[in-house]
Amino acid sequence: MRPVDSDDAELIAAIRRGDVASFEPLVQKYQPRVFGTVRRYARRESEVEDIVQEVFIKAFHKLDTFRGAAPFEHWLMRLTVRMCYDFLRAHRRRREMAFSDMSDDEGDWLERFAADPDTASEHADAARELVNRVLEQLSPAARLVITLHEIEGRSVKEIAALTGWSQPLVKVRAFRARAEMQKCLARIARKKYL
Amino acid sequence: MNVVELQKKLIAAARVNPPGQGVPYAFERRIMTRLAGERMADRWALWARALWRVALPSLAAAVVLSIWTYTSGAGRGPEISLARDLESTVYAVVDAPAETR
Repeated sequence: MRPVDSDDAELIAAIRRGDVASFEPLVQKYQPRVFGTVRRYARRESEVEDIVQEVFIKAFHKLDTFRGAAPFEHWLMRLTVRMCYDFLRAHRRRREMAFSDMSDDEGDWLERFAADPDTASEHADAARELVNRVLEQLSPAARLVITLHEIEGRSVKEIAALTGWSQPLVKVRAFRARAEMQKCLARIARKKYL
Repeated sequence: MNVVELQKKLIAAARVNPPGQGVPYAFERRIMTRLAGERMADRWALWARALWRVALPSLAAAVVLSIWTYTSGAGRGPEISLARDLESTVYAVVDAPAETR
């Protein structure tokens, strides 16, 4: 594991000595990464900003628990992922997706896929919107594990470190999450073609 | 419709379209302002907490002293007259030269 960046270590030491202003360069350095991660779980920009702000405030208050064995970025991302999971659990919006919710573009993309899967491009905006809609239907744990494992391509070990779950639990949740997503997609397909 | 294939396609769509990492203007200032506000509030909270901490021991000391005063009879001595004391203090100046003469 890489040691802590020397710049980060100096800033963290200064913050621990009571120099609050030293936290600002740390925020500037890591905020794009935190924003990118949070936007995977929250859609509204106001929610994203609130979560990112809470992540940094919590990081500041919990800085004493950072031991410096791993890079600060890893520690911060672990905090970010856990805050996102808490957000998902607190804002469970598991209403069933209605077809009136789906845009024309999304419906067209789905029809193209049904006719010939190869003609439906994954680069299309409609595909991106549709996957976001489907992810919103999933339970918080399923959404988190699909995002980390399938979309971000992280290993089971990495997910265990990020979430605090054991590796067997990550595997079980990944299996269940895939099944949950397939069930959700089957429901969409059934509604559309029955 | 092949659901497994659809799942793969949608996950691929999510992979090729990662969310942006754009940051609102001066976002770090917002965090620093909130931290500064928290520290100010912290000082007041510390002061309030300190007051609360000493409130109970002070009350206990007051009760103990009241009981001690009552049981020792310290409050039952000769009546203290402020008027008489004031009078003797004021006239002390007049009485004193006669004594020293």
